[in-house]
Amino acid sequence: MTTETTETDTQPDTVRRSTEEDGSPSRAERVSALAQQHGALVTLLVAMVVASLSFDTFLTGDNLENMALSSAFLAVVALGMTFVIVTGGIDLSVGSLFALGGVVAAWGSQHGTTVALLLPLMVCGLIGLVNGVLIARSGLAPFIVTLAAMLGARGILLAITDEGSRTYLVDKDSFFATLGQGSLLGVGVPVWITMALFVLGAVVLRRTRFGQYVYAVGGNEDAAALMGAPVARTKIAVYTLSGLCAGLAGALNAAWLVSGVTILGSGMELEAIAAVVIGGTLLSGGFGFVSGSLVGVLLLKVIQNIINQIGSLDSAYQQVVSGAFLAGVVVAQTWLGRRRRVL
Amino acid sequence: MLSVTGVCKVFPGVKALSDVDFTARAGEVHALVGENGAGKSTLIKVLTGVYQPDAGEIVHDGTPVRFTTPLQAQQAGISTIYQEVNLVPLMSVARNLLLGREPRGRLGLIDFRRMHREADEALCGLGIRVDVRRPLRELGVGAQQMVALARAVAVDARVAIMDEPTSSLEPREVRTLFDVIRALRERGIAVVYVSHRMDELYEICDAVTVLRDGHVVHTGRLADLERLRLVSLMLGREIGEVRSEGLTRFTGSHHMSAEPVLRAEGLTVRHQLQDVSLSIRPGEVVGLGGLLGSGRSETARAVAGALATSSGRVSVGGAPVRTGSPPAAIRAGISMLPEDRKAEGIVPGLSVRENIALAALPALSRFGLVDDARIDRIVDTFVRRLHIKSAGPHQKVGELSGGNQQKVLLARWLALHPKVLLLDEPTRGIDVGAKAEVQALIDELADDGLAVLLISSDTEELIEGSDRIVVLKDGAVVDELTGDAVTEDALIRAIAAEPAGTHHD
Amino acid sequence: MTDLTLARGPVDRDRLLRLLREYGVYAGVVALLLFNVALTPHFVSAENFRTQAVQVAPVLIVALGMALAIGTEGVDLSVGSVMALSTSLLSLYLGYGPWAAALVAVAGGILVGLANGTLIAFLGVQPIVATLALMVAGRGLALVLLPQLKDVRDPGMAALGSGDLLGIPYLVLIAAALALLVAFVVRRTTFGRQLLAIGDSRPAARLAGLPVRRVLIVVYICSGALAAIAGVLATARLTASDPTSLGTLMELSAITAVVVGGTPLSGGRVRIGGTIAGAVLIQLLTTTLVKHDLPPSWTQIAQAVVIVGAVYAARERGKR
Repeated sequence: MTTETTETDTQPDTVRRSTEEDGSPSRAERVSALAQQHGALVTLLVAMVVASLSFDTFLTGDNLENMALSSAFLAVVALGMTFVIVTGGIDLSVGSLFALGGVVAAWGSQHGTTVALLLPLMVCGLIGLVNGVLIARSGLAPFIVTLAAMLGARGILLAITDEGSRTYLVDKDSFFATLGQGSLLGVGVPVWITMALFVLGAVVLRRTRFGQYVYAVGGNEDAAALMGAPVARTKIAVYTLSGLCAGLAGALNAAWLVSGVTILGSGMELEAIAAVVIGGTLLSGGFGFVSGSLVGVLLLKVIQNIINQIGSLDSAYQQVVSGAFLAGVVVAQTWLGRRRRVL
Repeated sequence: MLSVTGVCKVFPGVKALSDVDFTARAGEVHALVGENGAGKSTLIKVLTGVYQPDAGEIVHDGTPVRFTTPLQAQQAGISTIYQEVNLVPLMSVARNLLLGREPRGRLGLIDFRRMHREADEALCGLGIRVDVRRPLRELGVGAQQMVALARAVAVDARVAIMDEPTSSLEPREVRTLFDVIRALRERGIAVVYVSHRMDELYEICDAVTVLRDGHVVHTGRLADLERLRLVSLMLGREIGEVRSEGLTRFTGSHHMSAEPVLRAEGLTVRHQLQDVSLSIRPGEVVGLGGLLGSGRSETARAVAGALATSSGRVSVGGAPVRTGSPPAAIRAGISMLPEDRKAEGIVPGLSVRENIALAALPALSRFGLVDDARIDRIVDTFVRRLHIKSAGPHQKVGELSGGNQQKVLLARWLALHPKVLLLDEPTRGIDVGAKAEVQALIDELADDGLAVLLISSDTEELIEGSDRIVVLKDGAVVDELTGDAVTEDALIRAIAAEPAGTHHD
Repeated sequence: MTDLTLARGPVDRDRLLRLLREYGVYAGVVALLLFNVALTPHFVSAENFRTQAVQVAPVLIVALGMALAIGTEGVDLSVGSVMALSTSLLSLYLGYGPWAAALVAVAGGILVGLANGTLIAFLGVQPIVATLALMVAGRGLALVLLPQLKDVRDPGMAALGSGDLLGIPYLVLIAAALALLVAFVVRRTTFGRQLLAIGDSRPAARLAGLPVRRVLIVVYICSGALAAIAGVLATARLTASDPTSLGTLMELSAITAVVVGGTPLSGGRVRIGGTIAGAVLIQLLTTTLVKHDLPPSWTQIAQAVVIVGAVYAARERGKR
């Protein structure tokens, strides 16, 4: 799906211009790079300051705790999505996998915490693996494969819950439930887990060879292949990872709600994509970082919280704002990307 | 070091390489030259494992080898630097340089300090100083090319193949590249150097192999070969050779009126065209001479609005034409047959009929509805006039032969009744019969009063087809041949002429 | 130029694949029809066919617009949200009469399409992303305008939803008319030809002087308008405006219909007949599974398999 590229005609012209400046980035370029990296963070801080000045109830422990918890699950999904988007792909199946993971975990919790955690990881990881294989080995478009997986996973979910009518419950006193409901030093366990996963994710993406391959595949797939990167394996790995993350997030969510709720997760793929993109990751691939996705998630949740605080506003405004945000960020990225390609 | 013997490679309808012998020796820079379609790129692809030869063998380091993927060739120590930088622009220089070979510390994590140091050392070893932490894209194209080179030779390269590495470099960057190449030569690496720039060849290369039509026509020391002789070898024409009669279907000169219909003045596209001016009179065929990369296609594209110009004017019949817009050029009566017929010319999935009618659609419809009867008439006329052979007007153009595709494109433009026709390699890659037909057609069109600009790598075609030849070199007009001066001799001399004020050592 | 003997095997497979791509969807429809006629009780009845046709109509209308977008090598993910937006607008403006309300609803769809088209044609945003943004925002806007389900009590709307002409429901007639119109546009108008050329080879279309940007914008406007019409019709049938759930997953159903119908995702070709058959196939598949007491979960899984199968079969063409 290429877009019109009239600008390529002028490309060599500007290529030369930058070389004449001795290859050093222009000021505009530096500013745009900064905007890309920290724009979301600055917006988040501004939003939080405005919110805490406007609403007394914003900076209260309860409210922050709530926001952190509700961000945690989306953040884990967005973490996996970040890897996928950095390779230049997209994963629309995460919402369904999130719900499926929750239900499978709740079912598995009858057999102990290990099963409750491993089963959703296995099921969702397997679906992610299938996505990856279809995309990497058969060369099918990621969006259509993961769309089908979204539908298929939802179907499996309905099949194992008597068409959505049965809700599996988690024993409130089990260790699994503490994973969702417990807290440590006043912070919910899911939040700790999420933070740990983000640290791990950041290390994997920045500091391992696999991470380098993820960037290389997204940045220039042909070059990556010529440079000896295992392109197909990398792609399969990121879709599997995304499935695993969605499954885990679903499991934690089930532990938090102490039940496997079947109707969750619809539209979550869009929220996750929006968070990742707002966090500065390029949808065209090759550039991005997990910390940005975390900021993106928090920003979405803060906006949601502000809209709730206003009270008179419908919660649907959140979608309008997210959509507008997404459009704005994408337009800015395309514009920056154009400059980048030109440079 | 690396040699091939008796290599043949056949593509459907074309024998790209026939019985080619080629040897790259350690510590030698070997130039590989030839015009378009001579088989250079096919040979490189055979050497680097992209293609498998149909016959013949490749010997690397004394043992016969067979590479099935580029990766295998790379692992065997054959590195290629492509015309376009094949790196990941958004990653840092060091990460690009060491992708897949990153130094790792405890826990298998990448040791960035060591990585940056190693990258820095590798680049310094080639005399390049850049901040390896910066994203590759922030570097100039030249510096990027150097990083690609450093990466290529870092993998224990024994052979480095460079495909037109200087085509997008600044003169200063070319100097650095040459220093690097000399350093490689001293290290005992065999360098295969592909370029069209005479001056560069004579500066850096020790040996030369000239390919033409898939054959090796010359191989030996470059210093022993005169520039004039090299050009004539490449073009396949002898200096002073008597012009043979009637090899092409061109009839000779045309009657033309005095006032030019197309005027292009001072066309400049940074680093592609430098102040190119030309004019064509109705009924005149003007040829654009020059080697590959001299700015021939760029000139045509600039006139047709397909290439944005930084300055310059184009006018048709005295009326100025907005540059940089194909629709504006088409409205003014300029039509261009692009060089890359498959990618930019035909719409492969549409039928012959729809392809012919495509550009003229607005004129062939009423209230946005296509007037099928009129289209049928026009298609019928052109199919007969141009002898387009197809299973019928509803056959997909993608299924036709190259010659018929070209005729369909010609028909598309002629249906617009253009005043100026720009033909970029109109007969490349089409069979002999269709070639003659297209040539005859060009003549006929000029006789009908069309102004024609002809670009061709086929010297014979260019000489015999054109009334006048504008010779380009490095994006600028260097000579113009008119009247009796339109000869191969004069063309070769004009192309081979050394630039004033420079001398080579 | 690999051995000719070797080439023969793949050629036969290619031909088989091509036949499957071209006519597979029709064969599927016929097979499902035969299966149901033979094995499903009460399948052969006017009432049943009527129900099936009414259910398929909105999907089909959306799929027509989607086929145009896919024909230009794009996609429109915002269609479901446009349906929701359209139903909200319809409810809000119903006071001015059903016609005016329907017009406003369609105008809303056109605006969303214009926004999509502008992002794609002028700003160069990838179609998936641009339409994704409007998918999120569109649904939000619909909910802002009409926060929850609202009954539509309008005789005109009710007539549109359940009335018929000579036994054929209005919904089906409208869908058929729109399908004919779109097929006519694709085949017989300058715009249709230009659309296909742009989808097939954008550089060639540009060099041939075609108005690439204008065509792209019009395509997304058409897609938005058709989705909005589908929204109006669905509202009329349900006699209620439900911006929360109307049109969810519609983009998926529409893409499925188009892809299963043999329109390649790589653009350059629009098969309206195939798209209709694709929509009917999915509808029949659902009915078959439901009538044989298989749960909806099976339908979703089956649909997922059909999509992947169709895209897989169309793959070779995409690699051209």
